[in-house]
Amino acid sequence: MSLTLQYRKHLYKVLSKPGPYSDEDWVPGQDTIDSLESSKIFGAGGLGCEILKNLALSGFKDIHVIDMDTIDISNLNRQFLFRQADIGKPKAEVAAAFVEKRVKGVKITPFVGKIQDKDEDYYLQFKIIICGLDSIEARRWINSTLIGMVDPENPESLKPLVDGGTEGFKGQARVILPTLSSCIECQLDMHAPRPAVPLCTIATIPRQPQHCIEWAHQIAWQEKRKDDAFDSDDMEHISWVYSAALERAQQFSIHGVTFQMTQGVVKNIIPAIASTNAVIAASTTSEVLKIATSCNPYLENYMMYAGEEGVYTYTFEAEKKPDCPVCGNLARKMTVDPNETLEDFIDSLGERAEAQLKKPSLRTERKTLYQRFPPQLEEHTRPNLKLKLNELVDDGEEVAVSDPAFTIDFRYRLNFK
Amino acid sequence: MDTFPATLAGPTSKERKYDRQLRLWAASGQQALEEARVLLVNSDGPLGSSSTGVPGVAGVETLKNLVLPGIGGFTIVDPATVTEADLGVNFFLEEESLGKPRADETCRLLRELNPDVQGYSYSTPITELLHDQSFLPQHKLIIISGPTKRTSLDPLCRKAQDLGIPVLYLHSVGFYATFSSQLAAEFPIVETHPDPESTQDLRLLNPWPELIDVAAAMTSNLDTMDDHQHGHVPYILLLLHFLDEWKQSHEGNAPSNYKEKTEFREFVRSKARTNNAEGGEENFDEAVAAVLKTISPFSLRSTIREIFEMEQCQNLSAESPNFWVIASAINTFYSAHGVLPLPGTLPDMKAQSADYVSLQSIYKNKARSDVEEVVSTVRQLESQLNRPTTAIPESEIEVFCKNAAHIKVVRGRDIPQINSDSDTETLKSIRSQLSLSQLGLPDSLVSIFIATQILDAVVDEIQSTPQNTTLSVDDEGLWKSHTERILALLQRDDITALDQNARESIENAIQELRRAECGELHNMASLAGGLVAQEALKVLTRQYVPLDNICVFDGARSRSEMYRL
Repeated sequence: MSLTLQYRKHLYKVLSKPGPYSDEDWVPGQDTIDSLESSKIFGAGGLGCEILKNLALSGFKDIHVIDMDTIDISNLNRQFLFRQADIGKPKAEVAAAFVEKRVKGVKITPFVGKIQDKDEDYYLQFKIIICGLDSIEARRWINSTLIGMVDPENPESLKPLVDGGTEGFKGQARVILPTLSSCIECQLDMHAPRPAVPLCTIATIPRQPQHCIEWAHQIAWQEKRKDDAFDSDDMEHISWVYSAALERAQQFSIHGVTFQMTQGVVKNIIPAIASTNAVIAASTTSEVLKIATSCNPYLENYMMYAGEEGVYTYTFEAEKKPDCPVCGNLARKMTVDPNETLEDFIDSLGERAEAQLKKPSLRTERKTLYQRFPPQLEEHTRPNLKLKLNELVDDGEEVAVSDPAFTIDFRYRLNFK
Repeated sequence: MDTFPATLAGPTSKERKYDRQLRLWAASGQQALEEARVLLVNSDGPLGSSSTGVPGVAGVETLKNLVLPGIGGFTIVDPATVTEADLGVNFFLEEESLGKPRADETCRLLRELNPDVQGYSYSTPITELLHDQSFLPQHKLIIISGPTKRTSLDPLCRKAQDLGIPVLYLHSVGFYATFSSQLAAEFPIVETHPDPESTQDLRLLNPWPELIDVAAAMTSNLDTMDDHQHGHVPYILLLLHFLDEWKQSHEGNAPSNYKEKTEFREFVRSKARTNNAEGGEENFDEAVAAVLKTISPFSLRSTIREIFEMEQCQNLSAESPNFWVIASAINTFYSAHGVLPLPGTLPDMKAQSADYVSLQSIYKNKARSDVEEVVSTVRQLESQLNRPTTAIPESEIEVFCKNAAHIKVVRGRDIPQINSDSDTETLKSIRSQLSLSQLGLPDSLVSIFIATQILDAVVDEIQSTPQNTTLSVDDEGLWKSHTERILALLQRDDITALDQNARESIENAIQELRRAECGELHNMASLAGGLVAQEALKVLTRQYVPLDNICVFDGARSRSEMYRL
C-alpha cells in the first residue's frame, strides 16, 4: 500500500463506499478521489486559518488564499496558525506557509490584498469558492461577481460559493449556486446592520456611554485634530477618543465609558471565539468536500447556528427572490416617504436592511438624480439633494443605484407610502 | 503612550490578546477558565485488528479551542502511537511524530498555541491512572473520546460523579458527531446571558413610589409643554401617565388583554403631536411600540418557581452552596413583594440627557435597595445556618439579583446508554423521537445516537475479550448481533415501538456510520471539537446554558438535534 493511501485512510474509506444519502448514480472510488485532489479551491476571510487546515486535511491539494490583513494580537485567541512573534506579518503568507509545512502534499498560494483586486479571469480558474469574510460588503462583492460570471453556455463558469460567518456564539453557513439558488443579496435583510444612533443624539443629548464615545470619535476629533487621519489601530488615537469621551460623560453624569467599550464602538468590534469559528468553518469546508466529491448531499442552502443555550441549528432553504437586485430580473420594491428629501433618502440607504449602500449614486431611466463622480457631475446633481422625492420620481418608478463598493447596479422600485 | 497619564494607559497585553472573548464572558469567566485544568481521555486501546485506537482528532480539536482562549492547563491520556493515518487527519501531529507516543506529540504541538497554558501527557491507560487517587481531582472537566469500553467508561464516570467533575463523552465517526454531558445532579447557572430584549423589567404596572412621583412631576404639564419638551418626555413616563388616564376611565384597571392593550396603544398614538415637520414624535413612537411588550403585570416564570420549590432551596443547611442561600433569600423577597429584585437597567430612549440620567438613577437606586434587602436576608440565613465559610460576597449577591429572572438549574444526568440498565424513561424518550417521522416531521437524528450505541457495544465486545482482538471493528457478525440486541432493548416495554420508518432510519444511520469504519473525517472532527469546546467553556465559566444532555450532528444532511435522555 502506498504511503498516500495510509495517509488518507480515513477519508478514502468514506469516499470508496456509497452511503444511504449519496446519490444513486454516484460512483465511489478512485475517480472521486482524483476529482477531489484536482479541485482548485479559493478561500478568503477571518475564518481562514480553520478553512485552510480543514481543506488541506480533506484532500484538496491546490488552494489559493487572499487576505489583506496583518496579524494583530487580538487574533491570537482563535487564529491558531499565528504566534506572538508573527504580529504585524501578513496573515495570508504566514497561514499558507504553516499549513504547507504541516500537511503533506498540499500547495497553498497566498495573495496579500483584497478580493476586489482580482477579476473574473482569476476567479474562473477555481472549482469552488469558500469565504469566511467578516464584512457584508466583501460578501456582496464576491456574490455579485460570481453571479456576473455565469455563462449559461458554459457550465464551468458556475462557481459554487460556500459562505460562513460568526458573531460570538452564533453563526451561519450557506451554499450558493450562482443564478440557481438564493444568493447573498436575496438574503440581505436577514443580516440587517445595527441601527445607527441619530447624529442629533450624539451631538446634543447623549444618554449612553456609547453616545459619548461616538461624539469623541465623530465630532470632537474633527474639531480638535482634523489634520490627523484617525486610525483605529493607533493606541494614541484610541486613548485620545477615550479621554474625550470620558470627559463628556462626566459633563452629562453618564457612567460606564471604558477603554474596552471605546475600542469596541470605534472599531465596531464583533466578539469572536475559537469554538464558534471552528464549528462554522468546518461546516463550510464539509460542504466544499461534499460538493467536490458528491459523497453526500450538500447543504440546501442555509444553516443557522446558535450556541448560547445548548447547541441549536436550523437548516432551511432560503428562497431565491425574483426581485433580488443581483440574481433576479425584477426591481426590488422599496416603500418611501414621498416628502422625504433625496438627501435623507440617500442617507437611509446605508441603514435600510434591504439596501445597505453607503455611497450610492442614483439615476432613473429619464435622468440622473445624484452622481458622486466625476466632480462636475456631482456639482451638477447636488441641488437635487434638497428636493423631495415626489419632485424627482413618480410613484412606482424604477431607480438604478450604483455604489463604488459593487460592480453592479441595484434596481429598486420606489413606492410612495 | 508616555504622554498619557497611567489611568488612560490602554489594556494589558493579556486583555488585548483575549479582547474578543472577554466581550462575551468578562474577566470573571476568564478567571474561571484560567483556574481550570481539563482532562482529555483520547483513546483507550485498539478498536480491533488494524487499529491503534480512537483516532482522537475531535478530542485534540476540542483542546485546541480551549487552549486558545487560555484555560489553565490540560492533560492528555492516550496510549496510542502515531501512525501514518494519524498524520493525514490530525493537524496537531507532524511527520517527525510518526511512531512516537500520540499523547506527547499532540500535547507538544497544542502547547505551542498558547504559552499561558500548561500541558501534560500520559501514555498510560486511564484505568491505571485512576488507581492514583490524586489524579482525577486535579481536573475541573473530563472529556472522553469514544467509543470506549464500559469497563473504562463506567468507573471513570462514576468517580467523576463522586468528585463533582463534569464529563463530556464524544464520538466523531465519518460524517456523524454525537456528544453527551454528565453534570452534577444540580448544576446552577446565574449568568445565563439571555437576549437583552427579553430581560427588560420596567414595572409599569407595579411602579414603586419614587417612580410614580417622578412620572407625575414630569408629565403633569404635558399638554402645555412646548414641542421640544413634549417630544423629549421619556416614553416610560408617557406610558405611566397615560396608564393613569386610562385607569380613570376603566374603573381603575390597567389594560389586561390583547384587545385592551391595542386600544390603549391607539390611545397613546392619538396623543402624539403631528403638526410638526416630522409628522409625529419619536418618543411617542417608542411608547406605542413598547405597549404590548411592557404593559403586563409581573409574573414569575415557571422555571424560577421550580427552583424556589426545590429541596435545596427549601431546606438550607450549613453546607448549602452560595447559590441556594441566595436563591432562598430571593424567594423570601418574592414572597414579601410579589416581584423579584429589580434588575435596574433601562433601555435607551428618546430623552434629554438629564431627564434620562435621573430616570436611570431611579431604576438603579431601586435595584440597589432591593439588593440591600436580599443581602440582609442572606446575612440572617448565614448566621442562622452557622455557615463555616466566609460571608457570601455582596458582589455575588448583586449579580444574582440582576439575573434573578433568568437563573437556571440543570439537573445533571448520567451519560445516556442503551443497555439492560437503561431506565425506562430514556428508552421511552428515544421511542417517541423515532415516531416523529409518522407525524410527517423530518427523520429524527436519534437514530444516529442508536447507531453510535451499537458501535460502542461492538467495540466493548472487541476490547473486553482477548480472543476478539483479531476481529475488525466492521465485523458483520458483531454488528448484526448488537443491532438486534439494542433494537430488542428499545422495544423492551413496548413491542409496537419500531415501525418501518424507524427501522429504516436506524439502518441508514448504521450504514453511514460503518462507511467510515470508525475513522474520522477532519471536517467533522473539527466541527465536533468546536461544539464540545463550546460546552466545556460554558461548564467551566458557569455562564450561558450548557447542553442537557445529548447533541447529535449529522454532517451528511447538515443539521443537528438535542435530546434529554
